[in-house]
Amino acid sequence: MLLEITDLSKNFGATEVLQHVNLQVADGEFVAILGPSGSGKSTLFQLIGGIITPTAGEILLNGKAISGEKGHISYMPQQASLFPWRTVLQNVVLAQEIQSKANYTQAEDWLERVGLAQFKEAYPIELSGGMKQRVAFIRALLSEQNLLCLDEPFSALDEFTRLDMQNWLLSVWEAHPRSVLFITHSIEEAIYLADRIIILSKRPAHIKEEIKVPFARPRHPAMLATAEFIALKQHIFAQMETRKTND
Amino acid sequence: MHNVMKRGGAVVFLLVLFIIWEAVVWWRDIPMWLLPAPSAIIAEGYRSFGDFSVHILATTKLTLLGLTIGASIGFIIALLLHRMPLINQMVYPLLILSQNVPTIVLAPLLIIWFGFGLLPKLIIISLVCFFPIVVAMMDGLKNTDPTLKHYMQMIGANRGQTFWKLELPYAMPSLFSGLKIAATYSVMGAVISEWLGAKQGIGVYMTYAQSSFRIDRVFVAIFAIMLLSMALFALIQLIERMIVKGQTREV
Repeated sequence: MLLEITDLSKNFGATEVLQHVNLQVADGEFVAILGPSGSGKSTLFQLIGGIITPTAGEILLNGKAISGEKGHISYMPQQASLFPWRTVLQNVVLAQEIQSKANYTQAEDWLERVGLAQFKEAYPIELSGGMKQRVAFIRALLSEQNLLCLDEPFSALDEFTRLDMQNWLLSVWEAHPRSVLFITHSIEEAIYLADRIIILSKRPAHIKEEIKVPFARPRHPAMLATAEFIALKQHIFAQMETRKTND
Repeated sequence: MHNVMKRGGAVVFLLVLFIIWEAVVWWRDIPMWLLPAPSAIIAEGYRSFGDFSVHILATTKLTLLGLTIGASIGFIIALLLHRMPLINQMVYPLLILSQNVPTIVLAPLLIIWFGFGLLPKLIIISLVCFFPIVVAMMDGLKNTDPTLKHYMQMIGANRGQTFWKLELPYAMPSLFSGLKIAATYSVMGAVISEWLGAKQGIGVYMTYAQSSFRIDRVFVAIFAIMLLSMALFALIQLIERMIVKGQTREV
C-alpha cells in the first residue's frame, strides 16, 4: 500500500471537519474522492500535504508516518498556480527545484511528449485555462514523489475544455501510471477517471461508501453513454442525496 | 499603435497649452520679470546652455547617487520589516512620522549638523525617496497571491524558498511603482538640498536667477527639472521592462 490513512480526524476548534476517515491508495492506483463542496476534501489534502496536523489518526506513506511533514507529495491545485514571471519551462521545473534540482532536459522531454513543446518559452498570461492546467499537471508529474494529489484540477474549466482535459489526463496517465488521489465534486468525472471512488459525506466528513469502478482501461468517451455508466452515476447520486436527509 | 496615439495626444495638449501661454503673454503685454513667454524661455535656455549644462550634470549626479542610496535603504527596510512583524509594528509608525517633517525645515538642520558637504544632501534625497519604496515593496510582499503561497506550502517549500522564489519576484512590479515615485521625488530632493548651499546644481542656478529677477532662467531651471524627472522615470520603466516578465503591459 502506498498511502494508508487510518482513523483520521480533524477538528478546527469545536468544528469537526473529518471524522474517522480510513482510506488506502495502492501503487499505480487512481482513486477519486467525491464529496459535496465544504465536505472537508481540501482539509484532507492539507493533512496529507502536512500543512496542518491531524487531531487524531495516522497518515502513512510507504509505511512511514508523514503527519505534519511537508514535501512528501506531488500536488496540483484547483487554480493552475503558475508563476507569471516564469516561462512554461521554468514553471514545470518549479516543484523539482523546491525538492532538489531542476532537470531541464527531462522537463523539455515531457513538454515534447504531451505536445506543449512549442509553448515552452511562453509566459502563463499567453496560455488558455486548459493549457495552464496541462502545465500544472506536468509540473506535478515532474516532481519525484510517488503520490500525485490533484485537488479539483478541472473544476474551474468550461465543460468542453474539461472533457478534453480528462481525456488528455487519461492518455498521459495510462502511458505513465502513477498513484493518484483525485478530489472532485463531479460524479461523472470520478467514474470516468478513477479505479476506485470514495464518497465523503457532508461535514463532519466520513467515508460512506467505496465503489470499485467496473470499467476497463483504456477508457473512451463512448463509455459515458452506456447504461452501466448511467446506472452507476444514478446510484452515486442517490447515495449523495439520501446523505443529505439522513445526516 | 494605440499607445503612440495616446502619447501623441499628450504632446498636442502640451503644445496647445504653450500656445495659449505665449498668446496671453503677448496679448496682455506681461513683463519679462513677471512671466516670460515660452519662446523667451526656450531662447534663454538655448543661449545659456553652455553655462547651465554644468549645473544639470551636477544635479543629475547628485540625484542618481541619492536615489540609489535611498532606494537601497528602502528596499532593505522593506525586507527587514516584512520578515520581522514585531519590529514592523514598532518602526512603521515612525517611518510615517519621518515623512511628516517638511524637507524645507529639515534641510537647514541637517546642514547645521553635517556641514555643506555631500552627506546632508544625500540624507535629504534618501529621506524623500526611501518611503515610497518601503510602502510599495511591503504591499507587494504582503499581497502575494494566497493560492500561490498555498501551492508552495503544499509542495513543501520552506520559508526561504517561498521568499526568494515567490514573494520577492511577486513584489517586483510594486517595487518598480515605488521606484518611479521615488525617482521623481529624488530630483525635487536634490534641488532643495542644493538651495541650501552648493557650488553647482540646478538648485544653485535657480537661487541666483531668482535673486537677480531673471524669471526666464527660473523657468529654464523648472523645465530642466521636469526633463530630468521624465528621463529618470523613463529609465526606470526601461529597466522594469527588462526585469519584470510575463505581466500585462498596462501602466
